[in-house]
Amino acid sequence: MANAYFMQAMNQALRAAMEEDETVIVMGEDVDRGVFGVTRGLIDTFGANRIRKTPISEAVFVGGAVGAAAAGLRPFAHVMFSSFFYVAMDQVANQAARLRYMSGGQVELPIVYFAGTGPSGSAAAQHSENPHSILMHTAGLKVVMPSTPYDAKGLMIAAIRDPNPVVYLADLRLSRRREPIPGDPYEIPLGVADVKRQGKDVTVVALASLVHLAVDVADKLEADGISVEVVDPRSLVPFDWDTIVASVRKTGRLVVADPARRLCGLAAEVIAGVSERAWDSLRSRPQRVTWPDIPVPFSPVLEARLDVGADDLEQAIRATLGSPVAVGSE
Amino acid sequence: MLPDTDILLGLYRRMVRIRVFEEKVQELHRLGKLPGFVHVYVGEEAVAVGACSVLRDTDRITSTHRGHGHCIAKGADVAPMMAELFGRSDGYCRGKGGSMHIIDTSLGILGANGIVGGGIPMATGSGLADAVLGRDGVTVCFFGDGAANQGVLLEGLNLAAIWKLPVIYLCESNQYMEFTPTTDLTAGRIYRRGEPFGVASMEVDGNDVLEVRRVVGEAVDRARRGEGPSLIEAITYRFSGHSEGESAFVSAYRTEEEVESWKARDPVTCFRDLLQTEAGFTAAELDSIDAEEQEAVLKAVDFAEASPHPSPDEALDHVFAPAGG
Repeated sequence: MANAYFMQAMNQALRAAMEEDETVIVMGEDVDRGVFGVTRGLIDTFGANRIRKTPISEAVFVGGAVGAAAAGLRPFAHVMFSSFFYVAMDQVANQAARLRYMSGGQVELPIVYFAGTGPSGSAAAQHSENPHSILMHTAGLKVVMPSTPYDAKGLMIAAIRDPNPVVYLADLRLSRRREPIPGDPYEIPLGVADVKRQGKDVTVVALASLVHLAVDVADKLEADGISVEVVDPRSLVPFDWDTIVASVRKTGRLVVADPARRLCGLAAEVIAGVSERAWDSLRSRPQRVTWPDIPVPFSPVLEARLDVGADDLEQAIRATLGSPVAVGSE
Repeated sequence: MLPDTDILLGLYRRMVRIRVFEEKVQELHRLGKLPGFVHVYVGEEAVAVGACSVLRDTDRITSTHRGHGHCIAKGADVAPMMAELFGRSDGYCRGKGGSMHIIDTSLGILGANGIVGGGIPMATGSGLADAVLGRDGVTVCFFGDGAANQGVLLEGLNLAAIWKLPVIYLCESNQYMEFTPTTDLTAGRIYRRGEPFGVASMEVDGNDVLEVRRVVGEAVDRARRGEGPSLIEAITYRFSGHSEGESAFVSAYRTEEEVESWKARDPVTCFRDLLQTEAGFTAAELDSIDAEEQEAVLKAVDFAEASPHPSPDEALDHVFAPAGG
């Protein structure tokens, strides 16, 4: 076990996957340097044949990954900022997510579409998206979004080994997070949530960097006698309903913290899904804390207004317990 | 010098197969038997057949919304093709793709594609796989003159050029982008768009199957030698509309005289004439090929109509491949 930063954990996983399978290749802009660190150093080991530095042409390398996968490679396509998925959306939604289905199951497309995601500090509206809900809605893409270095490594191994296109979103606010992780490769299966903190009064389903916020808020509320369970879905498609429903059946109360817009978002989906599955267990109205339905602004002051904060989350948790009721988090 | 007899007859047979298949498809569409959109390849047969005649089974193609001809030329069986057009369970895609999405990966057909230009990145990536793995395969990327104005063509040409990918970008200029003359909305000549990238660029008479075969064959040889991509513009014409049944929603956009002038250069009858005048085949020999292909297509229709509809719940299958599968 050695300390690894969030992106280093993914870098270890990618290196291990490339050593294990010579059909794994990397392509994307500046992948020889590795802007977030995920591809750093791989060029020295694996060379320019497998580490393919592309021009700034998202559509052709995102779509190229589809053809390459259909022809025998396992491409890791580095899309850089997740906002850039929109540049290549035809290739993501009409090609990568469709070819297996349209072919009646003839083809496997083992692709990882990696991107750094979310606000990273005044990157403004075109470099700060969290597009997971849109990608979840596409049908044909798996979507993962880890919250810790340990999970990041295990999920990356699983994503690369998976025979389907997997969108792997790395929350840029987790870049400085570090923890000891095993040096050898290990796999965390897609579709398995993780209970990050045990509790008995309220379930908080939190995603990516909000997992840590939720744990902090939960620790604070413990002093007031409120016991909060924090569940990290880790993988959004497939989604581990069993773990989340079991938690809600235990606590009877649900808050969803999603670092993304509210409309048609993950939080809405989780609340609907839990209501369908465990309505009889709910003891209060579920709450969601999300961004307002606005693009991500530039000014640090404005960006902070968008963010889900500790106060928002605490208020939502208290609302489920019958304390002063919050009407939305906007 | 003409190719060998077997090759000549093979070219003729494939062209006839496409023509007969497409004319049957038009008839079935008129009878209301085919669900959805249908775009036929009548008049353009020489391009697909000439190009695919120089490919190996292991080489790959990407196709277009007008893809029946490409699939047949690459060796697809007309029976599961027809079943797919009917949306039946014995179709190539078990009824999930239809006319615009016929795929047979075992024949290197990475798919017809409903998005104009949508196959260009895919073909480029297919070429990348050959380059990375050190194989001498090639990929032919069929696209139309309408797709030439999609940005992905520029992206694909650039990437294939810098990486010397074994990809032949084959533009079928059938003179119309949907219902608009291509020249109305297209600056310059399409094939010349490869020149600034250093991509071998040329045009060819797309109604002359032997010329297409020769020019694509040279491009394939270059690609296999590691000399990179080519851009070929095949000048041809679609005898039918953009989409079957289009007269119901679009007024006439080309003259009878224009259509007739191209029909005088029908790639199938011109090649048939050549086979008789220059290669010594008799009308009876060629008629028997015509009859065999007619028979095969009729059988394909029977096969399709006898094929069961997929069970409704099959709609839920094939979204994801099972892990470890």
